[in-house]
Amino acid sequence: MSDLTAFTLAQARDALRNKEFSALELTDAHLAAMEKARGLNAFVLETPDRARDMARASDARFAKGEGGPLEGLPLGIKDLFCTDGMRTTACSHILDNFVPTYESTVTANLWRDGAVLLGKTNNDEFAMGSSNETSHSGPVVSPWRRRGSDVKLVPGGSSGGSAAAVAAGLCIGATGTDTGGSIRQPAAFCGIVGLKPTYGRCSRWGIVAFASSLDQAGPFARSVRDCAILLRSMAGHDPKDTTSVDVTVPDYEKSIGASIKGMRIGIAKEYRLPGMAAEIEGLWQQGAQWLKDAGAQLIDISLPMTKYALPAYYIVAPAEASSNLARYDGVRYGLRVAGRDVIDMYERTRASGFGKEVRRRVMIGTYVLSAGYYDAYYLRAQKVRTLIKRDFEKCFGEGIDAILTPATPSAAFAIGEKGRADPIEMYLNDVFTVTVNMAGLPGISVPSGLDGQGLPLGLQLIGRPFEEETLFKLGAVIERAAGNFKPEPWWA
Amino acid sequence: MSVDADTVRRVAHLARIAVAEDEVENLRGELNAILAFVEQLAEVNVEGVEPMTSVMPMAMKMREDVVTDGGIADDIVANAPAHEHHFFLVPKVVE
Repeated sequence: MSDLTAFTLAQARDALRNKEFSALELTDAHLAAMEKARGLNAFVLETPDRARDMARASDARFAKGEGGPLEGLPLGIKDLFCTDGMRTTACSHILDNFVPTYESTVTANLWRDGAVLLGKTNNDEFAMGSSNETSHSGPVVSPWRRRGSDVKLVPGGSSGGSAAAVAAGLCIGATGTDTGGSIRQPAAFCGIVGLKPTYGRCSRWGIVAFASSLDQAGPFARSVRDCAILLRSMAGHDPKDTTSVDVTVPDYEKSIGASIKGMRIGIAKEYRLPGMAAEIEGLWQQGAQWLKDAGAQLIDISLPMTKYALPAYYIVAPAEASSNLARYDGVRYGLRVAGRDVIDMYERTRASGFGKEVRRRVMIGTYVLSAGYYDAYYLRAQKVRTLIKRDFEKCFGEGIDAILTPATPSAAFAIGEKGRADPIEMYLNDVFTVTVNMAGLPGISVPSGLDGQGLPLGLQLIGRPFEEETLFKLGAVIERAAGNFKPEPWWA
Repeated sequence: MSVDADTVRRVAHLARIAVAEDEVENLRGELNAILAFVEQLAEVNVEGVEPMTSVMPMAMKMREDVVTDGGIADDIVANAPAHEHHFFLVPKVVE
């Protein structure tokens, strides 16, 4: 039998329906691959018993001629999604032993459609990071290496475990969450496809909250089609999340291969950063040319507020985080460190339970919301956010269908290389992705080439609200032109 | 705006995070680096601009005013560090 971990999700789905192999065989092949790849640290919890039970149930449904859209397909789930009876930690010490008694809506939707849980994937603590280095479970090692080098690279973050697992063939697809780029940046670093849907497209219920007005769940996979298939199952209205939108979920897979003739693609001059690597600039032009060759029209646009998105984000996101993370008090769940009195208990619990980056962001958030500073920081940032969104609305109002940008300002860097002395150095990773969260828009990262050292680079497409289909159409065109990228399996 | 050591201690207390004396200086530097970075927002003209309250325009949904859940006290305390008879236990707060 051929290697069952080499299939795309769509290929495996079709093969399962044609009974070329069983769901249990497919799951076992992935469990074996996970075992060999433990050195990557992509999973923080492997759930082989649950996986085999679910796969057997899928085979039973196939035997009866039944089966959902994802029947028997084994997935990795970011450790931010609560999974009933399966430890969920957000990769924070403060939730070390947290075992939810409920299931997040997004994962419940995946199981409803027949998917199989392989395990929980590593991420930056509470999704705060761009390299997966802030995880209490330790960093993830990227399956990619520079040509001729064995230096360990980051997979990006915060959804680094999911991206690395998909790229290394440990799972056939995975979930992520994206608050400022946490799906699209690791997808770009790992040479796979990642999509952040429109705010409200997927329910946030049961996902450990970071910044509620920015967080959105989305899929990772090795092809644009696979992401389209996953999003259809993940998306949908949920009465338990009042910000989830009651808009019909289309059959996204139908977008793959559709014509993009006449589509108007915006190229924003503000994304051309001073000192940007020639390789990134070249890739961007190449991507634009591919879209043009397929019949799209390229239009120069301006998004003047772009440079203010990242600073505004570093007010809004920590402010919301400081409020969301107030729940970790050592009383209702999670870690408790004893103290002299209740306040001392809170302070010791949170000092010990939160890692360095989380403590820093909670403190920034507390400061910008504190009396006397609220107007100068938080209120001003929310006004700037209105202006950022207005920039996009103006472009879309003038007939732009989507905007093409680089996904990241560089390829992956080494573990320990960035952000040690200056936190801002790490934050700048999200300079191209964060605008999308600030405006609530959908964005996709599609692998588009390799840099001079053999590392993957991605392009980002930004769409109108709830027009993920446009992104799948355009993403598929780039994918067809660029081809697929796979790391050498040095870890196995 | 930049923060001094006293402000770092005050903010840490507001955030309910214990900070050791030897961490204060380092934290002060990091917080000031972030505050200096966000300082550039001061140059944006926000005169007459409404602050964003909802990124997707939508009316707040209303729910039926009925009980839809409950009877899961065991689940609620299942992950509590200390609990008794379905109550969370905390250090004594009233003398």
